Amino acid sequence: MSDTFTFTVDGVEVAAEPGQTILEAAQNAGIYIPRLCHRDGLEPAGACRVCTVMVDGRPQTACNFPASEGVVVDNETDQLLELRRDIIDMLFVEGNHWCMFCEKSGDCELQALAYRFGIAAPSFPFQFPADRQADLSHPDIWIDRDRCILCGRCVRASRDLDGKHVFDFVDRGPAKRIAVNAEARLRDTDADVTDEALEVCPVGALMKKGTGFDVPVGRRTYDWEPIGSEIEKRQTQE
Amino acid sequence: MDESLEQAVSEICDQYNNDPTRLVDVARAVQARLGHVGNAAMDAIAGNLGIHRVEVESCVSFYSFLSTEPKGEVVIRLCDDIIDEMKGSSRVARAFRKELGIDFGETTPDGRISLEWTPCIGMCDQAPAALVNDVVLTWLSSDAARRIVRELREHMDPQKLVHSFGDGNNAHELVRAMVDNNIRKAGPVVLAPVTQGDALHKALSMSPAEVIREVKTARLRGRGGAGFPTGMKWDFTRGSDGDRKYVVCNADEGEPGTFKDRVILTERAELLFEGMVIAGYAVGAETGILYLRGEYAYLRAYLEHVLDDMREKGLLGKGICGRQPFDFDIRIQMGAGSYVCGEETALLSSCEGKRGDPKTRPPFPAQKGYLAQPTVVNNVETLCCAARIFEKGSGWFAEIGPHGSPGTKLLSISGDCSKPGVYELPMGVSLADVLDLCGARDPKAVQIGGASGRMVGEDDFERSVSYDDLATGGALMVFSHKRDILKPVRKFMEFFVEESCGYCTPCRVGNKLLLQCLERIMAGKGVPEDIEYLERLSENIVTASRCGLGQTSPNPIRTSLKSFRVAYEDMVQEPEGALRPSFDLGAALAEAEKIAGRGSTILNE
Ligand SMILES: Cc1cc2nc3c(=O)[nH]c(=O)nc-3n(C[C@H](O)[C@H](O)[C@H](O)COP(=O)(O)O)c2cc1C
Ligand code: SF4
Ligand code: SF4
Ligand code: FES
Ligand code: FES
Repeated sequence: MSDTFTFTVDGVEVAAEPGQTILEAAQNAGIYIPRLCHRDGLEPAGACRVCTVMVDGRPQTACNFPASEGVVVDNETDQLLELRRDIIDMLFVEGNHWCMFCEKSGDCELQALAYRFGIAAPSFPFQFPADRQADLSHPDIWIDRDRCILCGRCVRASRDLDGKHVFDFVDRGPAKRIAVNAEARLRDTDADVTDEALEVCPVGALMKKGTGFDVPVGRRTYDWEPIGSEIEKRQTQE
Repeated sequence: MDESLEQAVSEICDQYNNDPTRLVDVARAVQARLGHVGNAAMDAIAGNLGIHRVEVESCVSFYSFLSTEPKGEVVIRLCDDIIDEMKGSSRVARAFRKELGIDFGETTPDGRISLEWTPCIGMCDQAPAALVNDVVLTWLSSDAARRIVRELREHMDPQKLVHSFGDGNNAHELVRAMVDNNIRKAGPVVLAPVTQGDALHKALSMSPAEVIREVKTARLRGRGGAGFPTGMKWDFTRGSDGDRKYVVCNADEGEPGTFKDRVILTERAELLFEGMVIAGYAVGAETGILYLRGEYAYLRAYLEHVLDDMREKGLLGKGICGRQPFDFDIRIQMGAGSYVCGEETALLSSCEGKRGDPKTRPPFPAQKGYLAQPTVVNNVETLCCAARIFEKGSGWFAEIGPHGSPGTKLLSISGDCSKPGVYELPMGVSLADVLDLCGARDPKAVQIGGASGRMVGEDDFERSVSYDDLATGGALMVFSHKRDILKPVRKFMEFFVEESCGYCTPCRVGNKLLLQCLERIMAGKGVPEDIEYLERLSENIVTASRCGLGQTSPNPIRTSLKSFRVAYEDMVQEPEGALRPSFDLGAALAEAEKIAGRGSTILNE
């Protein structure tokens, strides 16, 4: 394309097209920028802040910051690694993540990121939220709010991909939580087990019932290779 | 379903043309009519506006003046910010509790009166202060609190609690407030007398491009805190493509310690609105919005009256006199209790009828703002300066104050001083001079710029108030030597935890972690590493947060650590044994002891 341009990520030249985000362009070039609230195919939200990079020395979130000609992006600096570790850590202590008892273990992006960043145990004090209700009302779907990291993927997927609006956030600050389009129960909404919204939760918060162990532990997405390897492999293939 | 509820909601929605972008107004009106916005009301609103119920709940649950649970007919909201605390709000609180027989967060058993805390309501120079529904009560004491409750029980009419009116327009028949202006020093730019229409006529005799050039020549910079050059902002907005353009005046004034915009709204509304019309003319907008914080609802009727009066005089509305007749009108958008809504993109979300989440930038408001159209957002004081520039000339304005910070600045001064109130001073004035003027008593620290600003000590008193040195939206809180410096810091951190929108991780979780560590230190359970922990965490929150709230919320900690490190160092101690002082072994073992039915041997060693 004629208006393709380049910029650098950690000194590596990356090609991009107008309208692409830094994360997209880097990913196409085989560079993995960690992310949690973002998922390919969804509108970026800039909520988790895990993808924070330095663009010409200023912090920006790669998932929604437009790439532009000649900018210098830092991705893997000591400062950014520490920052991301802190953010992942915050998400762990904010909820109640008992990975060894979680059906999502091995497929969970939060857990996988923690492994990638070498976090064995959180360094922040646990917050153990008191009033995060689970919702088991729906015949096929359940919500465990203790594990919700407020990424908003389900909100966007339901709205933009399913054309519904099953989920949204209520309240604010530390009390912010995911809610459903009914007085209280998911079964009173038009949520359906075939919804795209059910495919996007990065953690074990929004799950289909009765499928949790279809893939045995040991053969799950991140059991053998760290999260991001699938993107980094693109570089070696080229 | 309850027919009268359906009927009421439907009437209210009709008043706003069933327009979902007016959801905040609708919810406010439903709350006023029904006492709360409960489940049935949310369903009904969603039905009428054609949106999802969860969208309504998302918005309603965001604002602290809206409630999904039933509330008393009258809600007493006592300011619990630091200045009020210094002026004795705890005694007032005790009296309210006792007289009402309920605690904060509760409603009397007869369902009539609720008692709540609220952050700064912009009355710091007449604290302790409270809101009773929309009515402001100032200079409270425990006697006053008892009297208020007794009177309320008799008539349940908050307005009747006001027995005398404040100065100036506070006594206007549409305001009738006991609020005082406390203008200690009126300067030439904002608080000088106004000849209505003067600024507007002069501006409209120029072309829009000339108007923008004039503002640039005056080198006017934003008074809301960030200091962005106003002429440039107008120019960008003018140059952006859009079907419509908007001018929004930010009168959210939520920064604790700030109240100068309240005084401008009371005394210089005409000047402000002329500034908005001029901005509209310059950028090519037909609509202006004044975003008025919920706490200032008592000024609304008066401001509507000023707007009506301007319409009658041909200074607003269709065919405003000028070189080319032009149309511009202003509506007032009420806020509903949220600090982050002062952040310009959150403010726009709120104007669009949504929860006050900030928006992703880029695009900037000048490109895609209100309803995705190019929008100018300016502070109240900025727009007044802009208007005055046309009356007196850009050269006149640029000559006041230092080169990089021309003009005057309104300061809201409160705390340990004998003359709290509003001061309009030339930019560049030294902090020492300001402290002198306001009669500061034995000042040890000054919080400049409100909670998100910085805490400076004596070493910094020779510095000046300007964009190039101590930049500030105008709040100045004075703390004397007898104050514990960590108390305001804790108050500000509590404030940020409460007011974070919760969108992004570092702000939502990180501020809470900062507060917890600070509380640990203040309880004498901190260790020396806690200071490094605070520094590291602060830095990461500042770097990674999505909007200005999180990017500045660690400031109280960071700046007090710089100016008053000893205050922290005095409170932390090396652990004596193997355990951190913050670790409560007894509490950790309590449950196990209960299950085992015997005391722990470790504890008894
Ligand atoms: C959390 C937060 C709260 C803010 N509150 C206000 C406010 O109450 N009033 C205001 O004018 N600006 C406030 N601002 C600054 C606005 O975002 C914006 O910069 C300002 O309204 C622009 O106007 P100006 O250029 O005239 O200063 C706030 C910013 C943040 C980050
Ligand atoms: S339920 Fe899952 S997808 Fe939805 S916000 Fe929570 S973590 Fe994200
Ligand atoms: S920093 Fe993040 S969580 Fe805090 S107010 Fe801004 S967007 Fe919301
Ligand atoms: S992935 Fe970019 S902010 Fe979450
Ligand atoms: S009114 Fe209470 S601190 Fe401002």
